[in-house]
Amino acid sequence: MAATAKQAWPTRKGSTSDKITEVLLYVWAAITLIVVLYPIYFIVIASFSDPAAVGNGQVWLYPKGFTFDGYLELLKHANIWIGYRNTILYTVVGTAIGLAVNLSAAYALSRKDLFGRKALTLFFIFTMFFNGGLIPTFLTIRDFHLYDTFLVMVLPFAVGVFDIIVARTFFQTSIPGDLWEAAQIDGCGNLRYYVGVVLPLSKAVVAVLALWIAVGHWNSYFNALIYLQNKNLYPLQLVLRDILITNQMQSGMGTGEAAQIAMRLANMLRYSVIVVSTIPIMCFYPLVQKYFNQGVMIGAVKS
Amino acid sequence: MRASQPNMSLQRALARIGRNWGLYLLLLPAVTLLICFTYKPMYGVVIAFKDFSPALGISGSPWAGLKYFEKYFHSYQFAVTIKNTLVISLYSFVLFPIPIIFALLVNQMRQNYFKRVFQTVTYMPHFISTVVMVGLMMILLSPGNGLIGHLYGLFGAEAPNVMGSAGLFSSVYVWSDVWQHTGWDSIIYIAALSAVDPSLYEAATVDGASRWQKIRYIDIPMLIPTAITLLILRVGGLLGVGFEKAYLMQNNLNISGSEVISTYVYKIGLLSAQYSFSSAINLFNTIINFVLLILVNWVSRRYSGQSLW
Repeated sequence: MAATAKQAWPTRKGSTSDKITEVLLYVWAAITLIVVLYPIYFIVIASFSDPAAVGNGQVWLYPKGFTFDGYLELLKHANIWIGYRNTILYTVVGTAIGLAVNLSAAYALSRKDLFGRKALTLFFIFTMFFNGGLIPTFLTIRDFHLYDTFLVMVLPFAVGVFDIIVARTFFQTSIPGDLWEAAQIDGCGNLRYYVGVVLPLSKAVVAVLALWIAVGHWNSYFNALIYLQNKNLYPLQLVLRDILITNQMQSGMGTGEAAQIAMRLANMLRYSVIVVSTIPIMCFYPLVQKYFNQGVMIGAVKS
Repeated sequence: MRASQPNMSLQRALARIGRNWGLYLLLLPAVTLLICFTYKPMYGVVIAFKDFSPALGISGSPWAGLKYFEKYFHSYQFAVTIKNTLVISLYSFVLFPIPIIFALLVNQMRQNYFKRVFQTVTYMPHFISTVVMVGLMMILLSPGNGLIGHLYGLFGAEAPNVMGSAGLFSSVYVWSDVWQHTGWDSIIYIAALSAVDPSLYEAATVDGASRWQKIRYIDIPMLIPTAITLLILRVGGLLGVGFEKAYLMQNNLNISGSEVISTYVYKIGLLSAQYSFSSAINLFNTIINFVLLILVNWVSRRYSGQSLW
């Protein structure tokens, strides 16, 4: 074995080629870091700069004409704060519902002694590949009187089949089967076992699912666009869409001093609103990262 | 005796269900939600074959046969939406190896601290919402006063209007996805690589293997099963260019390159309230995806022995 391997892998002369590879690797890593970080960094420094300097291309490495005007402008827009409040509510309630629904289903499906396990699993998996589509779903939501309500944002689409598969795999591989047999002898029922034994042992997968579901709620605008009409229910992303995209297409029209000032403020707002809406969710990740690596790896092995 | 046999197995089944009644209680919320909001709309799909009117309801509306499918196939938008959708999916399909290469390179980093920081930083863009991402692109790629405008300005050139070009739409769509998600998409491959038995590398080193040889003969074979699974899923979504990003990136200038099936379904269905027509287009799309998935899964099972189910 060793002999044939030696033939396949002739010995290299010294480590110079390895050293060059090493240097190239870190050059690549440095370029990648710049490409990833610079646009984000640019938005942050632009949010503290005079919009005229940003527009002229003078802002490259640090803020020019340092100002908080963009952030002060934020305070004047009540819809941003209403959107912020709504998004926090949707994220907290939606994540709680999503975790409860998906983890319980995943645990039940992970148990080999569940009668009808195959059929039930198929019942879930099938929805990943086939669905009724936009209009039939829309009509259903209306039939249930969920259109334009708080509930539509947190309840109807709480089931995440992919999340269930990952959690199921985790339960199957990291909760020893003997544990359930021992618990049964002690007269412990399924529900008490799930809440009292399985969940406390599964912090990693709970953290992973919480992150996925919370980020999904924080960042999505599709359901709100389709199912909400009342502006007081709008999540942050829909408000951001107005500020960053819809208004942007109409700007550049109109002249005169008032229009100029309005445009200046609108420009500053774009930078500050990106910073304020995106930083919280970016900071959330490192907090759960330690669980994350564990959880994903176990999920990744099979699924 | 014979008659009681099915009864016996039914009793046994009921006994097995009864013993684990708690598990069914745990399944109840998810199953109820799926029945109400996923399976019930599947029945609603019949409106694609009807002249649906909200007043008459789904069952009361008259049948229309394949009228709306024919309407779509003969419409001007048919070729446009299919072409745009295919171009974008095939484009991102071709870039499929990028996260794999990324993972192989990250796996080569020996400095653990640097590696961790590098990974955390490259994951970050994944957490930017689609709305902010498109807003960011509009800011940075604006030909007048965006970064790209100033960059061209340094060379005294006029920047192209990237966001307003139908021809560049697919490139902007796909490469911005690469920027945003490569780090994140590589996690699963990095996880697979971390499962390599270190003694394999040691043995290879003893035998004088170079770095590239270790990648070629140890790392890449390790990633193939994961890659195939993800590829099959990708093919199943070939006609499924996401609505969220395409819709946000659309404007009057690029519409001939940016109208994809999902955005067209939305406009026909919810903006102009042609429920049956929209459902027909949607159903056509879903069926093509479903058939592709089954087909590719079958091919994969046949030739690589790997399959989704």
